[in-house]
Amino acid sequence: MKPSWLLPVCILMALVGLWEIGSRISGLPGFILPAPSRILQVSVVHAPQILPHAGVTLVEIIAGIALALAVSVPLAVVMFARPSLEKALAPFLVASQAIPVFALAPLLVVWLGYGIASKVLMAAVIIFFPITVNLLEGFKSCDNAYRVLFRLMGANFRQTLRRLYWPWALPYFFSGLRVGVSVATIGAIIGEWVGAQQGLGYLMIQSNARLKTDWVFAAILWLSLMGLALWHVVGWLEHRYLAWKAPSDQPSLGGTIS
Amino acid sequence: MGCRLLIIENVTKHFNGLRVVSDVSLTLHENGFTVLIGPSGCGKSTLFDLLMGVVPMETGRIRWHHAAVPDLNRLAAYMQQSDLLLPWLGLVDNARLPADIAGEPIKASSPRIQGLFDRLGLVGFENHLPSMVSGGMRQRCALARTLMFGRDIVLLDEPLSALDAITRRSLQEMLGLLQTDFNKTILMVTHDIEEALLLADELLVLTPPPMQIQARMVLEHPKPRRMEDPDLLAIKNRVLAMLQEKRPS
Repeated sequence: MKPSWLLPVCILMALVGLWEIGSRISGLPGFILPAPSRILQVSVVHAPQILPHAGVTLVEIIAGIALALAVSVPLAVVMFARPSLEKALAPFLVASQAIPVFALAPLLVVWLGYGIASKVLMAAVIIFFPITVNLLEGFKSCDNAYRVLFRLMGANFRQTLRRLYWPWALPYFFSGLRVGVSVATIGAIIGEWVGAQQGLGYLMIQSNARLKTDWVFAAILWLSLMGLALWHVVGWLEHRYLAWKAPSDQPSLGGTIS
Repeated sequence: MGCRLLIIENVTKHFNGLRVVSDVSLTLHENGFTVLIGPSGCGKSTLFDLLMGVVPMETGRIRWHHAAVPDLNRLAAYMQQSDLLLPWLGLVDNARLPADIAGEPIKASSPRIQGLFDRLGLVGFENHLPSMVSGGMRQRCALARTLMFGRDIVLLDEPLSALDAITRRSLQEMLGLLQTDFNKTILMVTHDIEEALLLADELLVLTPPPMQIQARMVLEHPKPRRMEDPDLLAIKNRVLAMLQEKRPS
């Protein structure tokens, strides 16, 4: 059987090959469209300069996800436990989605400065909604027959949460987290574009201003690798904690990106 | 037959102005096997929901050892048609759930579970996930979990109706064990007449909705029974005739 990654890799190679040939025969200057070989060269040769920036961005993304989880998991639980609270809070959650969060980036920089705090908050604010809503949906999707079973066993809310609702909602939680890691990356980068002293977004803005397009692409390449790695970390966690689910449930690009 | 353990009197329930359960009374005797049989959709599951306190009762009284109780929530274990095993837990952990929730340490509950798995033919499958075993095994695991409730009364709501005929026969023997080996008092609803006749000490025939009891019969035939018994066959035909009768208007 052919491995599933074979075809995508072939397509990628073909596209990169076309790009390489195109940039060589078109005679376009390097600062407009650098050749892939040049981008790769910069990415590898200048890795010692790029990696510290990538590290900062990674820390921002992970801290942003952690912060979002620290707020959204308890919030989803509380909203699930108290439907009246859900009714009270739901309009705000929806409204918070109507605000283009990216537009807040300049304000966050004003409030929290050029350090990583503003980027962490940016990432957290963006992914907070999909994670909360997904988890709440997951809790609510729990089959009533199971709830009755737990009630008849005399289980209190905490026991039911731990043994029934949480495992039941876990697939929903992971689909929220999957969306979260990709969107958190965007949040961190935008935060860095607006105002930062380090990070891949900062590197991109700086290089762009100097027409060092190859460096911009190198930053994008590293960012993509990071995103891919995060994606796989979530995939690995999902595989580990959802092993009981049918193995046919392959990760897909589905989900709602806010 | 043992002494009266549980007396249920005059239970009535309406849904959306429609009478679903109409003045049902029944008595469970200690270690007895009482079977309710009726056409599908006659309100049998509603009756169980009422008894278990899942749905509030309108009228009616329940007396347990002569003391009035609101429902059987803490007195009975309930087993349903669908096994309701948690798909992320192995069979043994599923069976352990009631003990777990009651705060019993694993060490304390393990010997009992092992005994049940032994008796119910689940040995060797302790750590299999429900999705990895057959429907019959899942239902046996659900039976083990029901027994782990540690309650005297067991309510069975068509526990075998989702299974194929062959599996069902072997599981009927397991249900018999509830009475003979585990000394439970059983109230079962089913629409399988043969199942009812093989297991019941007392058989109550229900009417189509609104649900009423149209006949009571006591079966004193020794168990295990065989359907070839001409006596049972005669009863079967009588019950069939009752169930097929047109609904009195």
